[in-house]
Amino acid sequence: MKQNGPHPDSDAGRKVAGRWNPYLVGAALGVLSWVVFAVVNIPLGISTPISSAASLCATPIMGSEAVAGNAYWTKFPFKWDYHMLFLAGTFLGSLLSVLANRSFRLETVPSTWVERFGKSRGKRLIEAFLGGGIILFGARMAGGCTSGHGISGSLQLALSSWVFFLTLFAFGALTAFLLFGNRNAPSR
Amino acid sequence: MTLPITGETARWLAIPFGMLFGVLLHRGGVADYNVIVNQFRLRDFTVLKIMLTAIIVGGLGAWALHGMGHAEYQIKPANLLGVALGAALFGVGMVIYGYCPGTGVAAIATGSLHALVGFAGMLAGAVLYALSYPWVETHIQTVAALGKIRLPQLTGIPEWCWFVILTVIAGVVFWLLETKFNNNGERDPNNSLM
Repeated sequence: MKQNGPHPDSDAGRKVAGRWNPYLVGAALGVLSWVVFAVVNIPLGISTPISSAASLCATPIMGSEAVAGNAYWTKFPFKWDYHMLFLAGTFLGSLLSVLANRSFRLETVPSTWVERFGKSRGKRLIEAFLGGGIILFGARMAGGCTSGHGISGSLQLALSSWVFFLTLFAFGALTAFLLFGNRNAPSR
Repeated sequence: MTLPITGETARWLAIPFGMLFGVLLHRGGVADYNVIVNQFRLRDFTVLKIMLTAIIVGGLGAWALHGMGHAEYQIKPANLLGVALGAALFGVGMVIYGYCPGTGVAAIATGSLHALVGFAGMLAGAVLYALSYPWVETHIQTVAALGKIRLPQLTGIPEWCWFVILTVIAGVVFWLLETKFNNNGERDPNNSLM
C-alpha cells in the first residue's frame, strides 16, 4: 500500500490532489494548439516576449539610446502584442487555477532542493537567478523555448525543434546527474 | 468569418489562449520545481507524458489543418549550431532554475518566490543576449544553417510515417512508465527500470 502514493507530508502528496492526468493535459494542449493554429495561425512563444520586456529593464541601466540602437530590440521591440498578452494570460490562467483549488503557497526552497542542498534560501535564490539567466540566453540562441520549439515546433515536425528537444533533454539529464548524483530518493 | 483572424481581435484572443495554457501548465503539475527537476533525474515522467501527448495530438491536428489549407506551418530556421548550443544551455539552465520560461511564469502565480527571482534572472539573460546578438548572428547562426526545414522534407519519409513512428515510441514509453512506475510518476521500488 505504501508504494501506491507519495507520503502525505511530501510535496507530491500535498499537490497531487488538484492535478489532472498528464495525458489529458497533454491532449488538451494539443487541442489548444489546433485552435490557436486555425484561429490566429500564430505559434506558441514565451521567451520572445520576456526578451522584449527585458528592454524596459535595460533602459534605466544602459540608457534609452543604447536600447533603441540595439539590433535585437530593434527587431523585437517591447509592445503589448499578441505574444506579450499571451504571456500575461499564462500568468493569469495559472493564478486563477491556483486560487480555484486553494493551493497558493509561498515557496522559497522546494523539497527536492532541500533534500540535496539544505535549507539555505540565499543559495537557492542565487541559483534560480543564474539558472533563469542561462535558460533565457539559451532560448534566444536556439530561437525558442519549451513552448515555441518543444511543443509548437516539434508538433509541426520542424528539424530545428527536434534538435532542440533532444539536446535539451540530454543536457538536462546530464546536469541533473552532476547536481543531484544518482542517489535514490530517501526512504520513507 | 474568415480564418485566420488577424489584427486587433487576434491580439486580444491571446489572453484567453494564454489563460488556458496557464491553467493546463498548473493543473498538469509542471508549475512545480520538483516535477521538472525530477523529470531530468528520471524519477517523475510528467513532463515527458504531457509533451509527447501534446506533440502527437497537436501534430495530427496541425497536419490536417494544413492539408485542408486552413493554416500555414510556422517553422523556426534550423541554424543547427545555434539551436544545439542554445538547447544545451537551456537544458543546463532548466535544471538549475527548475522551470522553463513558461512554467516559471505559471509558478510565480502559485507563490514560488524562487521562480520570481529566476524571472529576474531571465530578464538579465535576455539583456546579455541582446548585447551579444550581432556577434551570435554572424558567427553562430550562420553555421550549419539549413533554413526552415521539416523532417519529412529532410528525410523523404512522409508525414503519416512520422506520426506512426512517434505514436509507437510514445505508446511503448508510456506503457513502460505505467507498468514500471507507480501512479504518481515515481519510481516503483519493486518494479524499477534501473
